[in-house]
Amino acid sequence: MFRNAISAATRPALQQSRTATTLSAGFPRVTQRPPTKYGGVYTVTLIPGDGIGAEITDSVKEIFEHVNAPIEWEQYNVSGVSSAGENLFKQAMESLKRNRVGLKGILFTPISQSGHISWNVAMRQQLDIYASVVMCKSLPGFPTRHSNVDFAIIRENTEGEYSGLEHQSYPGVVESLKVSTRAKAERIVRFAFDFALKNNRKKVTCVHKANIMKLGDGLFLNTFRRIAEDYKSSGIEANDMIIDNTSMQLVAKPQQFDVMVMPNLYGAIISNIGAALVGGPGIVPGCNVGREYALFEPGCRHVASDIMGTNRANPAAMILSATMMLRHLGLDTIANNIASSTFDVINAGKVRTADMGVLKYSTGSATTSEFTSEIIKNL
Amino acid sequence: MLFQRSFIGTAQGALRVAQPCRGYASAAPTAAFAGHKGSNGKYSVTLIPGDGIGPEISESVKAIYSAAKVPIEWEEVSVTPVLKGGKTVIPDAAINSVKKNTVALKGPLATPIGKGHVSLNLTLRRTFNLFANVRPCASIKGFKTPYDDVNTVLIRENTEGEYSGIEHEIVDGVVQSIKLITWDASERVARYAFHYAQSSGRKRVTAVHKANIMKMSDGMFLSACRQVSKEFPDIAYDEDLLDRVCLQVVQNPAPYSNRVMVMPNLYGDILSDMCAGLIGGLGLTPSGNIGRDASIFEAVHGSAPDIAGKGLANPTALLLSSLMMLRYVNVQNFACNSEVTGCSPYRHMDLNEHAVKIEDATLSTIAEGKTITGDLGGKASTKEYTNAIIAKLTA
Repeated sequence: MFRNAISAATRPALQQSRTATTLSAGFPRVTQRPPTKYGGVYTVTLIPGDGIGAEITDSVKEIFEHVNAPIEWEQYNVSGVSSAGENLFKQAMESLKRNRVGLKGILFTPISQSGHISWNVAMRQQLDIYASVVMCKSLPGFPTRHSNVDFAIIRENTEGEYSGLEHQSYPGVVESLKVSTRAKAERIVRFAFDFALKNNRKKVTCVHKANIMKLGDGLFLNTFRRIAEDYKSSGIEANDMIIDNTSMQLVAKPQQFDVMVMPNLYGAIISNIGAALVGGPGIVPGCNVGREYALFEPGCRHVASDIMGTNRANPAAMILSATMMLRHLGLDTIANNIASSTFDVINAGKVRTADMGVLKYSTGSATTSEFTSEIIKNL
Repeated sequence: MLFQRSFIGTAQGALRVAQPCRGYASAAPTAAFAGHKGSNGKYSVTLIPGDGIGPEISESVKAIYSAAKVPIEWEEVSVTPVLKGGKTVIPDAAINSVKKNTVALKGPLATPIGKGHVSLNLTLRRTFNLFANVRPCASIKGFKTPYDDVNTVLIRENTEGEYSGIEHEIVDGVVQSIKLITWDASERVARYAFHYAQSSGRKRVTAVHKANIMKMSDGMFLSACRQVSKEFPDIAYDEDLLDRVCLQVVQNPAPYSNRVMVMPNLYGDILSDMCAGLIGGLGLTPSGNIGRDASIFEAVHGSAPDIAGKGLANPTALLLSSLMMLRYVNVQNFACNSEVTGCSPYRHMDLNEHAVKIEDATLSTIAEGKTITGDLGGKASTKEYTNAIIAKLTA
């Protein structure tokens, strides 16, 4: 409560000018609502992240405030720009472990070797949120170079190239270890098939490079083939494709894909290609799910420092991720309301953020706050 | 609308005139080159027709070359593995021919699928130290894809990285694959990338990496690039995350037409095929492997056993790769000879002219769309397509 008030009061002038709801006016809420579950309020950890994170999570907060979503935020303004935020990062992790559900922007990761390791990755590994789900779908009212794209990317989130194990065996010779395990491969493949079953999808494609990494990706591919047998009776088609061919097929014939499952690094590549096909990182939602915890974040993980603080970011990805979170909590009605309002605004095409002008169509000129208030108006 | 399209057309045409870089490969500072004219006034080049459709498309290239009277003499060899000392190896005749000529043109090879079989491509790469793979992709007029403004050049480190082949199973169900990055290999490919940029008129080199996650390995690749960039003050240098490049190339490839991208092995593999996908697939993209001991230009598409021998294959990729080879020989020869023998540079311009002539004939045949092969949406056979190009050449 108090924290909310303080952060609202200390927010720079830009955010204060956003008057879509009372939230930005900085009034602390009067009601005391305990963080109970059934019939009450869900406490959710909120980590806005670096770059445009603060702006797009504010949009979510405003919309949630407007629909009176029973969500209480526990906000941690962690920043990965310097290593100084480490204590705050630890607090955020503790909060996530308490609340089990979180909404998050992307934390910056320094490239220099002296910098800290990626906190995004650390979070996924420590919470064991092993499955990243990214939804790439062409939206009506937002034409891009490709149409009728609709696939889900299921990405292993905790091992592979992101193991963080590297060493210099001899000056000028560096080894970086990619660790692949059967248990984690099996877990993610099962997740993908279950996802396909529950969401009425027809095909699961395994993306790999087993022709070169015969043992590592071979393990992944063989596990996939074995698990696919278990799901044969459900009528889900299973096939596999080499990563280089997949990326070529994606930019040429993306309609052939339905559910794709892959190791960590390929997921980074494919989700970016996928996002580009349907209109950019601004509209692609995602989440990271494990057995215990769920963390929702935009599917295409970009910090976007270049447009930070300019009120030009597209909050749709974050809003849609937040609706995924609401569904995860069983608040389907609210989720559907917000999602359909967002899709309506995109479909109407009158209010577009800068990233939503494509090809010959005029670039969008709406700000983040205008886009947000349009969604609220539509609710 | 109409205006816009015609404008794009002209802009593209202008671009092509300004930068005839499709299929260009610069001379590598570290590459050996021994391709001098023989006594008959021809350059000798090793030809590896390959498997599947390989022989057909090689025939097509040979026919076009003899019609265009290109001074190239083909030395045809097979690389079908033979047993030697209990191991399957490439025949000595093939290795010796490539070593002697230092330049080769190669069709697709079928990699037998089976455990423990090292792919022939990999063997060739190792045998001749082919350290850099050059993959230019430019939109082809007349073949419509969602992208009409692609003009990318990608240089891929070819010898190590994720493809080191060092893997082991520590315990049951736990595998370690080692991505090996060395300073020497990184520096070598970076140097080649800058050299390429300098001689092809692209003014920027972008290193593509994932050093936020792989801080040491990709970090070292970046440091090597940075160090080399200091030696090329006239070429701008920047770095970009793999994620961002994937996103931006697919969203809008146009800004990448002014630069050369350089990256470690796996990223290069994926991105080069992705760029090929933008312009219509591997059937239309040339590729060159620049090496220390030899350079091999190849069609990177598969051997397509399903249409092999039916005369339906599209020889464009191999043909464009051969043009890349011509320009390479031309540049190399110029660099080799002009200082050593002091001979007139004009004598060596002929190969470049041939390359330009053949490329124009090929592209205009595709643009007309009357005699194109099935994969491009036409009905012509390999033979008819080849003859159409020859007709344009001799017209």
